[in-house]
Amino acid sequence: MSEQNTNLSEYIPDVPEHTGFKKVVLELGVANHPGVMSHICGLFARRAFNVEGILCMPVGSGETSRIWLLIFEDERLEKMIRQVEKLEDVLYVKQHDGEHPVFGRLDEFFK
Amino acid sequence: MMQMTGADLIVKLLERQGISTIAGVPGGAALPMYDALSKSEKIHHVLCRHEQGAGFIAQGMARVSGRPEVCLASSGPGATNLITAIADAKLDSIPIIALTGQVPLSMIGTDAFQEVDTYGLTIPITKHNFLVRSAKELLTAIPAAFRIAMSDRPGPVLVDVPKDVQNQIVSFEEYPDVVVPDAAPSFDIGAIEEIAKMIEAAERPVLYLGGGVIHSGASQLAVTLAEQASLPTTMTLMALGAMPMDHPLSVGMLGMHGARYTNYVLEEADLLICVGARFDDRAIGKTAEFCPNAKIIHIDIDRSELHKVKTAHVAIAGDVGQVLSELLPRVKPQLRKRWLSHVESLKGRFPLAMPGVDNPRSPYGLIHAVASCLDDSAIITSDVGQHQMWVAQAYPFRRARQWLNSGGLGTMGFGFPAAIGAALAEPERTVVCFSGDGSLKMNIQEMATAAQENANVKIVLFNNQSLGLVHQQQNLFYGKRIMASRYERPTDFLKIAEGFGMRAVDLDPAPNPRAVLAEALNTPGPCLIHATIDPNEFVYPMVPPGAANSEMIG
Repeated sequence: MSEQNTNLSEYIPDVPEHTGFKKVVLELGVANHPGVMSHICGLFARRAFNVEGILCMPVGSGETSRIWLLIFEDERLEKMIRQVEKLEDVLYVKQHDGEHPVFGRLDEFFK
Repeated sequence: MMQMTGADLIVKLLERQGISTIAGVPGGAALPMYDALSKSEKIHHVLCRHEQGAGFIAQGMARVSGRPEVCLASSGPGATNLITAIADAKLDSIPIIALTGQVPLSMIGTDAFQEVDTYGLTIPITKHNFLVRSAKELLTAIPAAFRIAMSDRPGPVLVDVPKDVQNQIVSFEEYPDVVVPDAAPSFDIGAIEEIAKMIEAAERPVLYLGGGVIHSGASQLAVTLAEQASLPTTMTLMALGAMPMDHPLSVGMLGMHGARYTNYVLEEADLLICVGARFDDRAIGKTAEFCPNAKIIHIDIDRSELHKVKTAHVAIAGDVGQVLSELLPRVKPQLRKRWLSHVESLKGRFPLAMPGVDNPRSPYGLIHAVASCLDDSAIITSDVGQHQMWVAQAYPFRRARQWLNSGGLGTMGFGFPAAIGAALAEPERTVVCFSGDGSLKMNIQEMATAAQENANVKIVLFNNQSLGLVHQQQNLFYGKRIMASRYERPTDFLKIAEGFGMRAVDLDPAPNPRAVLAEALNTPGPCLIHATIDPNEFVYPMVPPGAANSEMIG
């Protein structure tokens, strides 16, 4: 190998800036069994995607649950939703704006 | 009404799903399943020497057959040893079912002997996983595991079964149906029309094929598309063989170790038609500078891959075979003499340099010498490192599923057990595993398995007494400071192979290495073929990690 390459170094890209300030609410219909929350939270945690709030309760007979996530808008949101939709236990994902009332009256429990 | 234990039910369901070979290692929490296997006349169990070997043997079988295959391990260390092979299957979209024993339900969470949270550990590396809490659940979990593993984008599924669930008696009316893959997602014909128009209007289009073409069985359709529209065609590491390497439209493998002309052709493209590929960093280099002038068409069955790395102008989520079938009748035949002759001239000016190709004691020469002893029916696997890249560059692949390698995870130790799996699945073929001395040591214990099964596997060992690609990068990018990439003490691989009951030949002292090679490759049964390689042979060209593909060195 010629000398010209000895100054080369491995190029490592910077971590891109992601998080914005606008809030978004996601509604997830999921199969209700132990482990579903781990599947979903793992996806967000790995990507350091900021989840501000989580609510989860069984629906109807208990076969399924509904998960509400309060998150900060992020340029990766669309990609994130597609990853969540891919999970076998996730039945649907709906996106609402940050003013959705589901998290509205919870403030008093966090004082 | 049928009545049986959970373990017997598992074995029956595997048999009904057509499983005839399982690779595994027994242990306490898997013993009921092993007891059930002892009663099976349909399933041959391959006793591996390490669970990772079992995982890769299942992968080898699945990679040549395209259908889910099964590996089996006990709880705790059995399960953790499987993890690398499962993660590897995830990144390369390989359908395997990993069955693990688990401590009894009542003991889960108590730090019981050989207890580990297998379910939790495997969440991020499986397509889906199950912790089965009753024998009755097996009636749905096992068929679901097969359906999920083989539907849409294939992938690994793990089923963790506590020991008491294996022993529990379950009663049921009838067996669940044998499962088949789900129908692929439907797609918009309007988008197909648009793609056809874009291909027609393009002046410098390039077809970019990925592993999805292999999984979908769409190689022939892809070649037809290329021929009909005169599209120069590049393949990812995972797609080699989709188009014969010597096809006039093939421009070879792209990326970090692609030929100069290949990356230059992509640089000039005005339309990139990506089929079943995912714009991996090793393939595209610096994202912003990949195909800077091209519009992008992206066809992939996994919707989350679309727009993930590069925003596509037209994206279709669908099975690539189905999409290509719809696209072909709409694509106007074209000759594109100007573009093809320009591609030809780039190929002439910047070809893949293969120094030493006529010398069987050099890397390229040895690969060509092996190829000249074999026909297209042979299966070629590789481990990970320099030898893998040399083989990817230089071996004349001509058919889908001829080439098995660890592309996404890059697992050293993949090649040999995967080759055993390939030989078990298709015993009439010769299977050659190109390996390096670093990689081979990572699953060398499976030599005992190969000898036991008399698998028709030939290891062609490129021995440079180093971790060659690490050594190369330290030379190129870390001021030649060689740290932990040279093995100080030589290993006598011939003795090791013979110690495990495998035949071994050494090309080094042979006056006529080609003759020794031909004899070894054409004699049935497992054999190690040893060749010393100069540690200062580097793989070129090379794009420095993170750099643009146009910044190749060498």
